[in-house]
Amino acid sequence: MKNINVKGFTLSLIAALFMSGFAQAGGGDDPLLTKVMFDEVERGVGSNDPTSFNIQAWVGKDINKFWLKTKGEYEDADDKELEIQALYSRAIAPYWDAQIGVRVDLEPSPSRSWAVLGLQGLAPYFFEIDAALFIGDEGRTAMRVSAEYEMLLTQKLILSPEVKVNFYGQNDADLGIGSGLSDLSTGLRLRYEIKREFAPYIGVEWARKFGNTAEFARNEGKKVEGTQVVIGLKAWF
Amino acid sequence: MSNTKNNLESMSGLQDKGRRRFVLGASAMLALAALPFPKNAFAKAISESLTQLSGKVFDLSIDYKTVNFTGKSARATVVNQVLPAPILRWKEGETVTLRVKNNLDEDSSIHWHGIILPTEMDGVPGLSFDGIKPGETFEYQFKVQQNGTYWYHSHSGFQEQTGVYGPIIIDPAEPDPVVYDREYVVMLSDWSDTPPEKIYANLKKQSTYYNYSERTVSDLFTDIRKHGLINTWKARAMWNDMRMSDRDISDVTGAAYTFLMNGKTPEQGWSALFKQGEKVRLRFINAAAMTIFDVRIPGLKMTVVATDGQNVQPVEVDEFRMGVAETYDVIVEPEEGNAYCIFAQNIDRTGFTTGNLTSDAHLVAAVPSMDPAPILGHGDMGMSMEGMDHGDMDHGAMGHGSMDHGSMDHGPMGHVEMDHGSMAMGAPVLGLAGFGSTAEIKHADAEYGPHIDMRADAPQNGLHDPGIGLRNHQAEYNRKVLTYADLKGLHPTYDKRQPSREIQLHLTGNMHRYMWSINGVRFEDAEPLVLEYGERVRFTLVNDTMMTHPMHLHGMWSDLETGDPDFIPRKHTVIVQPGSTISYLVTADAIGKWAYHCHLLYHMPGMFLKVVVR
Repeated sequence: MKNINVKGFTLSLIAALFMSGFAQAGGGDDPLLTKVMFDEVERGVGSNDPTSFNIQAWVGKDINKFWLKTKGEYEDADDKELEIQALYSRAIAPYWDAQIGVRVDLEPSPSRSWAVLGLQGLAPYFFEIDAALFIGDEGRTAMRVSAEYEMLLTQKLILSPEVKVNFYGQNDADLGIGSGLSDLSTGLRLRYEIKREFAPYIGVEWARKFGNTAEFARNEGKKVEGTQVVIGLKAWF
Repeated sequence: MSNTKNNLESMSGLQDKGRRRFVLGASAMLALAALPFPKNAFAKAISESLTQLSGKVFDLSIDYKTVNFTGKSARATVVNQVLPAPILRWKEGETVTLRVKNNLDEDSSIHWHGIILPTEMDGVPGLSFDGIKPGETFEYQFKVQQNGTYWYHSHSGFQEQTGVYGPIIIDPAEPDPVVYDREYVVMLSDWSDTPPEKIYANLKKQSTYYNYSERTVSDLFTDIRKHGLINTWKARAMWNDMRMSDRDISDVTGAAYTFLMNGKTPEQGWSALFKQGEKVRLRFINAAAMTIFDVRIPGLKMTVVATDGQNVQPVEVDEFRMGVAETYDVIVEPEEGNAYCIFAQNIDRTGFTTGNLTSDAHLVAAVPSMDPAPILGHGDMGMSMEGMDHGDMDHGAMGHGSMDHGSMDHGPMGHVEMDHGSMAMGAPVLGLAGFGSTAEIKHADAEYGPHIDMRADAPQNGLHDPGIGLRNHQAEYNRKVLTYADLKGLHPTYDKRQPSREIQLHLTGNMHRYMWSINGVRFEDAEPLVLEYGERVRFTLVNDTMMTHPMHLHGMWSDLETGDPDFIPRKHTVIVQPGSTISYLVTADAIGKWAYHCHLLYHMPGMFLKVVVR
């Protein structure tokens, strides 16, 4: 997996997507569309708090899409994270998309690459779910699940609780990651949709490391648990 | 205007029968000036009337035009520089020639909605002809074989949304059975500054984009206070489980639309005059792209005398629903000294448009407030009400794929046509003509997959249903609301044969992904539906969605089965209520390729079927 050619994979994905449907002319019910989503672009209000983002984009049609997911966090030069996923996404059920592709963690060092098997969609009771299994080299495995819900206080003022968990199959001491439940974060964000596509928010996020991951953090003198107040922007186009 | 051959009667709205043939000019103006109305009222009335062209030869040109309905300029596509397009006034029995020039930089077309004509004159690109290329002129010519109120519109791209629509009035060859002294066209439509392609893309990216009537937390607390926690939970469980909203009424709402009456916004107000004792014929046409309207005139009974151009036995109502593309002619008898508000609210109550029907231009009627927004019920999902009421329903059986569809062997019959006559179920049992279907509801294999989010397993019959948001109006407001069951043809049934077979068509989709189809197959992938020339068939529509779909068959009448086999009314567009069925008979008397589709503009690209009569 180390030598995975992300660019080549991406291009062949796009090619496959185009071959699958774009060659046909006709009804015009299914135009090629693009959506870019700044799901979370935020900064902690404390002076040492990190700046972080979670940005996704897709290009495609009703059933087949090419999906990019990036997330990152910057606290200082020594503490930064940057992850990119390139996925082929296919609708497999009325509310669910199966996603397959690659993930590259560019930061922190050393970089890690993973194959991705994911499921994204809307569960009953309107929970937005993104679950993925990651398979890396040297037997590394990981799983991430996030769930989000939207409560409409008014038509434009929306309170959104969210939970994210990460699990790892084995220790990765270089990165301070331990096996088992590694970390959990939960947030509550209150956004105001000035228009559908543009919503500033305030929120609070609590995160905690568990097990060996927590152990690694303690050994390095880092925090195991933290709460921060954030301000941010959710936008799409 | 490029047209010099036609009589230009810009006073169409104001004319009464005696003046109908006047040519606009100095003499006409003098004649009008002699009427007992203040001069300024005339100026207003003239400016508010639709342009009318009459005769046998018409020159129409489709152009871009900058309009301003919202306070901001936007680009419309218009016919002969007006929005709505000019009224075309034809005479039954005559042959009309219509030369349509396309000055847009994209293909265009004109479809004559509800007009019986040769297939190559129907104006549907890809079926009737290739469309009209930029800069080119297409000459339509056909014999007018009917009379009544119709309309015309572009069948290319989303040009219906941006203004290419106008009324057609066909005067009967024989004396009109409908008696009236004065007539007005009332054309309802929806305007958005947002380009239609963008609206469509927005819906694909977020299907709730235009819905600002969703349930909120305070609704939840109100419900809990009123009904208790357990009952509230139960009432919402099904919706939550299905990931659907009982507040999802329209895809595109007043958040995007300014609703127009004869091209006027509610602020501008369209106005119409009458004199004491007159019977006024209002020719309502729903020319909207996506808006279903509920129409009423507080203080006036309306006598429905025609729908979709075809006369019906008069029925007196207080209110009626108009699916997109439907037309209704009503007679009203307003009282001198009064002003009446012609009020058309959209189905989800996020907007309305109004007109002022008055005996004195200085009198303006009060505009009523909109009715409460409808909330969908379990019946609108095509589910058995019985199970739901006990709150113990097995949600697994509600269309999440647990149904045993393996036992329904539709495979060899294709996706489009479910010919119950030929099914191996013993002797074919068809409901009698005029009474609708008795056939079993069957879902095709293609109705299972990511493109379909529900199937109505116990659909109701939509015939007697006034529709969502109108059902309680009789009890609550003492308003008689028209239902399809009230419609009986004025003319005896034209084709009294029993149907030889029945075609069950399911209106299907995934609202969340904004995908639409018929029998689970979108137009691009669908096989044509083949009818044999001369046959009499029943179309039974099953609405497997919770949206209201107005379905339009080109080229042939849809003989709506309203319960009286001797007086079956003919329509060109038929509303199919959410989670419901409706049946009509079709005589395949027009050889050719015809379009069959939902007339909601953004459903049409997918929910569309080619019908071939051979």
